[in-house]
Amino acid sequence: MSAVAVIVATPLIGAAILALVPGHRLGARLNIGFSAITLLASLALFVVEPSSGALFVVDAFNIYLIALTAFVGLTTSVFSAGYIAHEIAIGKLDERKLRFYHAMYQAFMFTMLLALSANNLGVMWVAVEGATLTTVLMVSLYRTAASIEAAWKYFILCGVGIALALFGTILMYMAAQPVMGPGMAAMTWTELMGHVAKISPAILNLAFVFLLIGYGTKVGLAPLHAWLPDAHAEGPTPISAVLSGLLLNVALYAVLRFKMLLAANGQAIAPGPLMIAMGLASLLLAGLMLYRRRDVKRFFAYSSIEHMGIITFAFGMGGPLANFAGLLHMAMHSLTKSAIFYAVGHAVQVTGTQRIERISGLTVSHPALGWGLLAGVVAIAGLPPFGVFMSEFLLVTSTFARQPLLALPLVVGILVAFGALVLRVQQLCFGAPGTVEGSGAPVASVPVQGTLVPLYAHLALVLVAGVWLPGPLVAWFQTVAALLG
Amino acid sequence: MSDLGYDAAHMLGAVVLLMSFALLYQRRLFSLLNVFTMQALALTATAAWQAYSHGEPHLYITALLTLVLKAILIPVALHRIVVKMKIHRTIEPALGIGLTMVAGVSLVTLSILLVLPVTADATALTRENLALSLSVVLLGLLMMISRRNAVSQVVGFMSIENGLILAAVGAAGMPLVVEMSVAFSVMVAFIIFGIFLFHIRERFDTLDMQKIESFRGESD
Repeated sequence: MSAVAVIVATPLIGAAILALVPGHRLGARLNIGFSAITLLASLALFVVEPSSGALFVVDAFNIYLIALTAFVGLTTSVFSAGYIAHEIAIGKLDERKLRFYHAMYQAFMFTMLLALSANNLGVMWVAVEGATLTTVLMVSLYRTAASIEAAWKYFILCGVGIALALFGTILMYMAAQPVMGPGMAAMTWTELMGHVAKISPAILNLAFVFLLIGYGTKVGLAPLHAWLPDAHAEGPTPISAVLSGLLLNVALYAVLRFKMLLAANGQAIAPGPLMIAMGLASLLLAGLMLYRRRDVKRFFAYSSIEHMGIITFAFGMGGPLANFAGLLHMAMHSLTKSAIFYAVGHAVQVTGTQRIERISGLTVSHPALGWGLLAGVVAIAGLPPFGVFMSEFLLVTSTFARQPLLALPLVVGILVAFGALVLRVQQLCFGAPGTVEGSGAPVASVPVQGTLVPLYAHLALVLVAGVWLPGPLVAWFQTVAALLG
Repeated sequence: MSDLGYDAAHMLGAVVLLMSFALLYQRRLFSLLNVFTMQALALTATAAWQAYSHGEPHLYITALLTLVLKAILIPVALHRIVVKMKIHRTIEPALGIGLTMVAGVSLVTLSILLVLPVTADATALTRENLALSLSVVLLGLLMMISRRNAVSQVVGFMSIENGLILAAVGAAGMPLVVEMSVAFSVMVAFIIFGIFLFHIRERFDTLDMQKIESFRGESD
């Protein structure tokens, strides 16, 4: 059995088992266990030479995304164990809901990993659709009016997005079918890449527009981002972490696979301007919206929209350097943002509120947590020596060299968001610590549930990446950057 | 393909589109569900006809799934929900009927103008099928935008999926995997929608989305 099969099968089996396991402690441990097996199997991909079959494809593009997804899946499951213990203690969740939550968590990991490794357009679509369904169910877990409204909005918007993506997929098949004949070959990535030069570019263009809008909805690109802040704010925080850290990446991965086809075709429209426009719109809109946010999870959700805008802009620019920056930024954003959500999850639990103005002085009341959150926000704001600085620096310099006019809004957007982050992080981390919402006890008296290891593991990786990138990773990024055109 | 095969496929596709128009101006939920059933029946006939005329037996499965799920199970279940929640009152389209019709006709024109130039080298059936299905998808979107009621939004969503199946059965030799997944996703989507409808009724005592939208985490 190949490593990819293990990667995809483990969470699926895990979901089935966790659906039957009573007791949240055992469930949380098993959840960590299955995630660890998945990560081990994905690390095996680096050792055994990956090959592509009819079902799965592993190449320079998705190998690091698979490993990243499995890694964040594991760290989030560790964070989640502490998080849910607290939610049980305060009575916000019960055992029945948690059994469902753990099963859905593994089911979600299964759909993510399947979407990343599938060698078939149809299978990838089904996986992304499944990811939508599982996350909708998890966002509505608390069953409050706000969470159900958020899940409903998420479902309707992403349902339409998913439908448009399927239309794009069907169009893609229709474009390929005259060249490659009817059957499965015309829906297989590896086959398509070999024949795409002969495919008529006109239908390809139309298909890409639908795919960009469809999967772009799931990436959270403006103006299709309305679901994202609500879904992040109202669901359990571990879900916010995997939504931002993984799901947005996977949706973007789908768009980029199709962009590769267009680039290999040669005659199709350049998708660049479309992606640049959507990326800049997301960046500027989210940057401005950050100032008016009062809910801390919503605040960082808007920051995710901003970073997805930056990444989409990078791939829209194209060329080896900008593509490299985009690929690096995908990884850095995913690690940093999930780390921030871990910290925010703990902060919300110790203070009992999500409102920014009620949370203050975390570095005083909980030094490890407060400084961790501060480091995460410094990293996401794009300050050195963290990895996000490096990818943003690469992108800005390459944009200045090629399209100085486009660099202007890009820099403005990054700076606007930077201002908002600095402003809010001061409120969150410094000053006098407040009291717990409801009980009025001092915040410092409430200990952090669970471990801060996931938070610091992510921050360490982002720091290392900012200082030194391993050779093979650079080589993969360069290969993929060339394929992306 | 014979002339009859072409004509029949063309006509059945057009009936599906016609039903999309009919959906747009239904004021009552029951008649909305009835029209949706008819659209599903027309789609069943299209899929079965393509299966017969192209000799692709797997499309019979698509036809069967469409028939069982969309023409029977889902309308019956939605009918029950409507009765149970006592919302069989008049529904209010966000736009007037006349305006909705004008918008619908423009969308169909748009999709024809969009599809015909880019498919110049495809067969006539593929082109027209694509134009028809894109129209159905766009009309479904229009319906989701113009309606406020959750049940009509679900129907709009499913009519988008009908358009997708229409496109998929028209694409020669499209592997089964997609049709299956579409049929499956409709089922799953419906279950979830059902859960949602249940919770929304439980929490809000109304299906009017305008009221639910005022329940926000914060005002912005």
